[in-house]
Amino acid sequence: MLTAIGSKTVSSVTALGQWGVFSWQMVRWLLPGLVQWRTWVRAMPLFFEVGNRTLPVIMITGTFVGLVLAVQSYDQLRAAGFENRMGVLVTLSLVQELGPVLAGVMVAGRVGGALTAELGTMRVTEQISALSAMGVDPIRQLVVPRFLACLLLTPLLTFFCDMCGSLAGWFVAVVLKGIPSTHYWYYIADAIESWDLMVGFVKSVVFGGALAIIACYKGFHCRPGAEGVGRACTESFVISFIIILITDFFIGTFFSGLYRGIHGFKSLV
Amino acid sequence: MDRTTAAIGDTPANHESIVRLVGVHKRFGNLVVLTGIDLDLRAGKTTVIIGESGVGKSVLLKHIVRLLRPDRGEVHYRDQRIDNLPERDLTAIRPRFGFLFQLGALFDSMTVAQNIAFPIREHTRRKRHEIDKIVREKLSMVGLDGIQAQWPAELSGGQRKRVALARAIALDPEIILYDEPTTGLDPPRADVINELIIKLQRELGVTSVVVTHDMASAGKVSDRILMLYQGQFIFDGTPGEIIHCQDPRVRCFVEGRCHEEDLDSLQVKG
Repeated sequence: MLTAIGSKTVSSVTALGQWGVFSWQMVRWLLPGLVQWRTWVRAMPLFFEVGNRTLPVIMITGTFVGLVLAVQSYDQLRAAGFENRMGVLVTLSLVQELGPVLAGVMVAGRVGGALTAELGTMRVTEQISALSAMGVDPIRQLVVPRFLACLLLTPLLTFFCDMCGSLAGWFVAVVLKGIPSTHYWYYIADAIESWDLMVGFVKSVVFGGALAIIACYKGFHCRPGAEGVGRACTESFVISFIIILITDFFIGTFFSGLYRGIHGFKSLV
Repeated sequence: MDRTTAAIGDTPANHESIVRLVGVHKRFGNLVVLTGIDLDLRAGKTTVIIGESGVGKSVLLKHIVRLLRPDRGEVHYRDQRIDNLPERDLTAIRPRFGFLFQLGALFDSMTVAQNIAFPIREHTRRKRHEIDKIVREKLSMVGLDGIQAQWPAELSGGQRKRVALARAIALDPEIILYDEPTTGLDPPRADVINELIIKLQRELGVTSVVVTHDMASAGKVSDRILMLYQGQFIFDGTPGEIIHCQDPRVRCFVEGRCHEEDLDSLQVKG
């Protein structure tokens, strides 16, 4: 029993150390790579892959979350006499919380799993070793472009998620419930501050970067065989999902405290 | 020319040392693979490392190009110790090696031409037409000119290995490392690879290290044969010498017979 716990602890600490080294190596290649044309040439097809793969599912998710939020909140808001502010509830929920989290989870599922599978297959078939043997660093060649694609596109996809959710909320409020369209948009413009947009942006950047590193690390360190690759894909998604939720809590708490310290309490009504 | 005859009287001692392994140890968890390997590779010669499956031949080959780091011991390339170099410094040394992986390890997201052009693009500033010319030359050397636009998935096993070999020689390396080059190929295709190894050594003057358990291939291409057994070399000599070696472990391998203990474990009688 004690041996098993000890062995598990050692392997977990070792894996964490390997992940730290992997991330550090990625950062070391990333910083000089940002000003190299080749880095962006390598990343360009991945921008298309990440965006193209995820945009439709992000738009569908954002739309239906917006619809559900609007439908669920309408009766309570009406009872309190705040139905005109329904747009604030829907949009603020999306901009600060649901948009970044849903976009992060969708990118983790749709792109992270594919990245792990692709890199895992390359590892199993020795393509990654072939890169090293040629004197080409596989982290610079494979990880940096994928990291950049996830890091830069997750905020953009989050923006689409927010937009679709907000428009879906407008549809329920204005078309189905008869709230004036000007009221819907006026209260949103009045309540949503650049701070809220910044918080959502920071979250989406962190989620995008984290899921890219996790997906690439799992691909680079997967076990041999089809089962190894499959297991790495599952672990990649599960770990990304948990990390997104945990970091969401800490970033949310940090910025909430910071806002209160700078501006004081903000009432939406 | 008969390779066996060529090796006699032209001993490796006449040539300068290009790679040297000193007391290399390697283990993976509880599995001990290499236990103090000493190896001196002579420039311009073909050294074949034979041994049973799983004995650590590929592990040894990967130490030469530092794809694996020894737990203990040293690896030298010419006068430079490379086992303790950081990854970044190895990028300057590795292009001097060409590595043919067991399954080819071609990049499946690239065409044949892109695969061969890849190391040239990464390490030189050649123009596109120059790279195309080199790709054509290298493909001609392995007898496959004209398949530049094909994808690795469209090639047969033998073609894939020949394309991988063309990629391995794209930067005109000093040393070519072959990991099981004939495994999985039918005898005529395997012989094509053997002829290619001989041709490349003759035309490019490269130093070759071939890891194999194919004795026909070893006998044909080698100047020197080493046999790895339980983490140590138990034979080091010419192809002519291995035929007359009386060590029962070497004899079993050369003659393709299983060991007595293996027979006992199968409970084969008689």
